[in-house]
Amino acid sequence: MVERTPILNFFTHLILFAGFVFCVAPFVIVAIAASHNLKDVNDVPMSLLPGSDFWVNIKTAWVTADLGPKLLNSFIMAFGVAAGKVIVSALTAFSIVYFRYPGRTLIFWLIFITLMLPLEVRIVPTYAVVANVLEPYQTIMDLTGLSWLIEKISGVRVQLSLGLLNSYSGLILPLVATATGTFLYRQFFLTVPDELTEAARMDGAGALRFFVDILLPLSRNNMGALGTIMFLWAWNQYLWPLLITTDQSHAMAVTELKQLIPNVGGAPEWHIAMAGTLIVMLPPLIVVLLMQRWFVRGLIATEK
Amino acid sequence: MASITIRGVKKNYAKTQVVHGVDLDFASGEFVVILGPSGCGKSTLLRMIAGLEEISDGTIAIDGTVVNKLEPRERGCAMVFQNYALYPHMSVAQNIGYSLKVAGVPPAERAQRVQAVARVLELEHLLDRKPMALSGGQRQRVAMGRAMIREPKVFLFDEPLSNLDAKLRVQMRSEIRKLHRRLNATSVFVTHDQVEAMTLADRLVVMNGGRVEQVGTPAEVYSRPASRFVATFVGAPAMNMLEGTVTLDGLSLLGGNRKLNVSRTGLPVGAKVAAGIRPEAVRMVAPGAPGALAATVDLIEELGAGRVIYVDLDGAPFSIVTSETVHPEPGSTIGLQFAETDLHFFSSKTGARLDVFKASVPEPAL
Repeated sequence: MVERTPILNFFTHLILFAGFVFCVAPFVIVAIAASHNLKDVNDVPMSLLPGSDFWVNIKTAWVTADLGPKLLNSFIMAFGVAAGKVIVSALTAFSIVYFRYPGRTLIFWLIFITLMLPLEVRIVPTYAVVANVLEPYQTIMDLTGLSWLIEKISGVRVQLSLGLLNSYSGLILPLVATATGTFLYRQFFLTVPDELTEAARMDGAGALRFFVDILLPLSRNNMGALGTIMFLWAWNQYLWPLLITTDQSHAMAVTELKQLIPNVGGAPEWHIAMAGTLIVMLPPLIVVLLMQRWFVRGLIATEK
Repeated sequence: MASITIRGVKKNYAKTQVVHGVDLDFASGEFVVILGPSGCGKSTLLRMIAGLEEISDGTIAIDGTVVNKLEPRERGCAMVFQNYALYPHMSVAQNIGYSLKVAGVPPAERAQRVQAVARVLELEHLLDRKPMALSGGQRQRVAMGRAMIREPKVFLFDEPLSNLDAKLRVQMRSEIRKLHRRLNATSVFVTHDQVEAMTLADRLVVMNGGRVEQVGTPAEVYSRPASRFVATFVGAPAMNMLEGTVTLDGLSLLGGNRKLNVSRTGLPVGAKVAAGIRPEAVRMVAPGAPGALAATVDLIEELGAGRVIYVDLDGAPFSIVTSETVHPEPGSTIGLQFAETDLHFFSSKTGARLDVFKASVPEPAL
C-alpha cells in the first residue's frame, strides 16, 4: 500500500532526515576535530566551527603513522579477500546447486557451519594453521604412525612446515573461507530457470562453459554486491591482522590507526587521530560510491 | 534429416512411472505432433529424445543409432522451449550463434550463418537487441533461429506457442509449418492444443496417462478415433457420448429411457457400449420427426459463422454445431437426428473402439 498525503510525506521526510543526521553527525564531528589545532581540539566543549589546520593535520597523520604503505597493504588485503570470496563462493554455489553427487548434503552443511563459526570464534586454531599450514597433516601422520614408519625406513624425520604469518596469503586466505557469499549465489542460482540450463546443454555447452558463459554474466550484480561488502568487511578487519602481522611491512591501515591515538601521558593530539581516521575511511567510501549501483541491485532485485 | 525409432521407452521418477512403454516410428522429414492433456508424459517423452531426461527403460534411436547414452549435443537435436529460454545477457545475434561459438566455429563464418538464419526469420534488424527488448513473437523467432542455426537432424518443440496470444499463435503456426517445408528436418512438436496439433501435423500421436492412444494423420484421428479418450479429446466441442446397451434392433440408451435404431451393429446383444456422435454430424429437426431424439435446449453459443447448441437429453449433456440460422429458445424441445454411419462405438469397459461400420466410413482424401 502506497499512501501519498502531504502530512505523511512530511513525516516520512522528517524521519529520513533524522536518520541522516544520526548517521552523518559523527563524521562531521570527526572532520571538524581534524581541522582544529592542539589547543582548540581539547577545549571543552569543542568548537563546532571548523578550524584552519585541516591539511596540516592530514599531513602529520600521514607521516606519523606512515599511512602510504599501510593503505596499500590494506588495499591488497581487502581486494584479495573480495576477489577470493567472489570466485570461491561462485564455484561452491555452482557445485551445490547444479550437481548431484554423493556427500553433497554433507558438504552443504559443512559450508553452512562456517556461518556459525566466524573467524573470531576459531581464532586460535586458525592461527595455529596459518603459522604452519601443514600442521594438520603432520598431526595425522604422527597419529597414524606414518612419520614413525618413514623415519624407520628412510632415516629422515618428517617435519612439514609452511608458515604464512606476516604474508598476504596468511592475511587473506582465512578470511576468504566462509559461507556468506556461497548462500548469496545459491539463492540467485536457484532463481535461474532450468530451461536456461537445458538450452545451454542443447547448444552443446558443458558445465564449465555454462558457468562461465551464462551463469557468471547473469550474476554480475551479485558479484558487485558481494565484492563491495567483502571489501568493506576486510578493510575494517582489526583482530586478525593485529594477530598475525608482527612485522611492520605487513601492517594494515586500520590497525595502525592505534599509533595515532594519544598515549597516556602523551600530548592529547586528537586532531591528528581524527585526521588519520578520515584518511583510512576514504577508500571504502570511494568503493561504495563506485559500486553503489551494483550493490543495491545485487541485494534487492532479481532481474527477470 | 533423420528417422527416430522409439522402442519400449519407459520413464520412472523414483517409484512412479510416468511413461509406460512407448513404441513409435517417425519417418525422416516428417512433422509429428504429440498431443495430450497435461501430465500425459508427452513432454517427458520429448525430453528423453532430446537427452535432457534419462531413459529408464527401452531405446531411442536416431537414424538407426541408439542415443540412450549420448549427451544432448551428440544427438543432433535442437529444441525450442516453451519459455523460449533465451540467454538474457546476450544479444539476439549472440543467442542465435551461441551453439556455433561453443562448437568453435570461427567468428566470420558464425556471423555469416547468423545473418542467413536472421534473414529467413526476418530478424535482421533486431540482431543487436537483448531478449528483454523483444516482443513475445520475436523471442519465439529467436528461439527458433537458435535451433535452426545448427542445422539439426531433428527439431524438437516443447509447447512453443503456448505463451503467445491467440492471433500470434495462428501466425507462428503457419510460420513453423512453412519453415518445416523449407528445412524438411524431422520435427517433433508437443502440445496440448488440439487445433495446433491438427493444423501442424503430418502425423498425430495422441497420448494419455503415459501411453500412446492413437497414431495417425489428423484426419484419421478425427474420423476414426481409436478410443473413447481420443474421441472426446480431439474435436471441439467434444464428441457426444451416450451410454447404452445393445439390443436386437439397435441401442437402448440412458437406462432404457431412449431407443436408438441402428441396423447391423454386429455387436452381441446386451453388450455395454458408448455411442459417440460428433456435434457437427447432428441435425436439428422438429421434435416429432421419425427417428429423432427429443431434447431440451439449455444454452446457445453464438460463433458468428455458426452456433453451438447445448441440449439436455434426459440429464445427459449433448451438443450440436449447426450453421443454420435457427435460434431455438432455451427450454424449448427440439429433435436430434443423425446418420447411423456417423456413430462411433466404444466399449464401456475398456474404452476401445468397436468397429461396426468398417466399410461404410469414407476415408477423407489427404
